Amino acid sequence: MATIRIPPVLRQQTGGQTEVEAAGSNVGEVLRALTAEHPATEEQLFGPDGELNRYVNVYLNDEDVRVLQGLETAVKDSDTVIIMPAMAGG
Amino acid sequence: MAPTQMKQRVEEIEPFEAAQEIEGGDVVLVDTREPHEYQEAHLENGRLVPPGLLADEIAEAAPDKSARTILYCRTGNRSFLAAEQLEALGYTDVASMAGGILAWQEQGLPVVAASGMTAEQRDRYSRHTLLPEVGVDGQLKMLNAKVLLIGAGGLGAPTALYLAAAGIGTLGLVDDDVVDASNLQRQVIHNTERIGRPKTESARLTIEALNPDVDVVEHNFRLDSSNIVELLSEYDVIVDGADNFPTRYLLNDASVRLRKPVVSASILSFDGQISTFVPHEGPCYRCLYPTPPPAELAPSCSANGVLGVMAGQMGLLQANEVLKLVLGIGEPLVGRLLLYEALSTRFTELKVRRDPNCPICGDNAPDIPDSELGKFPDYEAFCAG
Repeated sequence: MATIRIPPVLRQQTGGQTEVEAAGSNVGEVLRALTAEHPATEEQLFGPDGELNRYVNVYLNDEDVRVLQGLETAVKDSDTVIIMPAMAGG
Repeated sequence: MAPTQMKQRVEEIEPFEAAQEIEGGDVVLVDTREPHEYQEAHLENGRLVPPGLLADEIAEAAPDKSARTILYCRTGNRSFLAAEQLEALGYTDVASMAGGILAWQEQGLPVVAASGMTAEQRDRYSRHTLLPEVGVDGQLKMLNAKVLLIGAGGLGAPTALYLAAAGIGTLGLVDDDVVDASNLQRQVIHNTERIGRPKTESARLTIEALNPDVDVVEHNFRLDSSNIVELLSEYDVIVDGADNFPTRYLLNDASVRLRKPVVSASILSFDGQISTFVPHEGPCYRCLYPTPPPAELAPSCSANGVLGVMAGQMGLLQANEVLKLVLGIGEPLVGRLLLYEALSTRFTELKVRRDPNCPICGDNAPDIPDSELGKFPDYEAFCAG
């Protein structure tokens, strides 16, 4: 199972967890596993067209999936998926 | 018996007299001290001839033995003796400056330094100049640098404090807010006595007490597209410590156009992010975050809370980035986004790529008028065009 790192603004929707394990062979499947387990995260991550919201960055290990294969990017068990919306606080 | 030849007393002149003669021109000015003294401070156009080398080097420094030659040293003693030597060598119009460069400075007359630093500065920054990667040259770069901080709050406070300590010569502070008690949990440049006062003023007072070398410029207004271009033009490096997205995007668009590097960080609860944007060399803020999130995904520290030390941790990482840019050493976080989680004390580094289709820094990015800075382009039209 891959590990998903949850940003501060989504932790309330995951019951406070900062990391969630999820099964899936690509980024899309792993994120859908997350939204299945924590439905409140769905709206923040995905638009009505099923695509990732433009304002949420998702990284596979250290690379933005947009420069890889997007939601089709393959995921291994040792991988970390990082969800990262922008933060403005200063 | 022939009258005793009176020993010709060397002419001594006061510093202000020397200054008048020097201004009148046609004076050869000779500094009769040691090289390290000359380095620290000397009179402009003073030619160094150390006492031990006088006989050997005076001909080069003062070739004309009939020219008006004024000698000075630290207190007037060595120059007096040197003047006697010159007269013995056949110089006919020699004077020694009484009181030396000490008296000259006491009378408010100007000096220059080959090293560019005063004795006090050499002491203050000695821990910097000892570092081979910094040295006196590096410290001078810092003293001549102009850094603008957007926000004198959570991130701005520690960044400004440490940049001032480092000797960044000019610090501009942009903030239109006043100090509030709830700020003091993290904005350590302010204190209880400053509650109610403008943050820029409070920061300036703290900085002035810490390091008088720093010139603090208060910009006590809200940044917008009508004032940002002129403001940014006056500075070398910008620190983004804003607390809202519109300012961050505005800053990005203006800094890319003006080619000013921006060190950008943000904090919330126990998390921080930082990256350094060098226009056209690396990505810009929009390459990283093409669109801001909706309000519910971007709470402020006042709504959500933030561990006070986060401001210090990320602020000092910002200060470090600024120093590397000013000094031209090390590797700034260009193309790298550093995430810090305080609860686990874990750093994660993510890659940030330049977006070739970025509407601001992309190859086909259009020129936009000032009024459009910070605004969001119509992505569909842009990508289609």
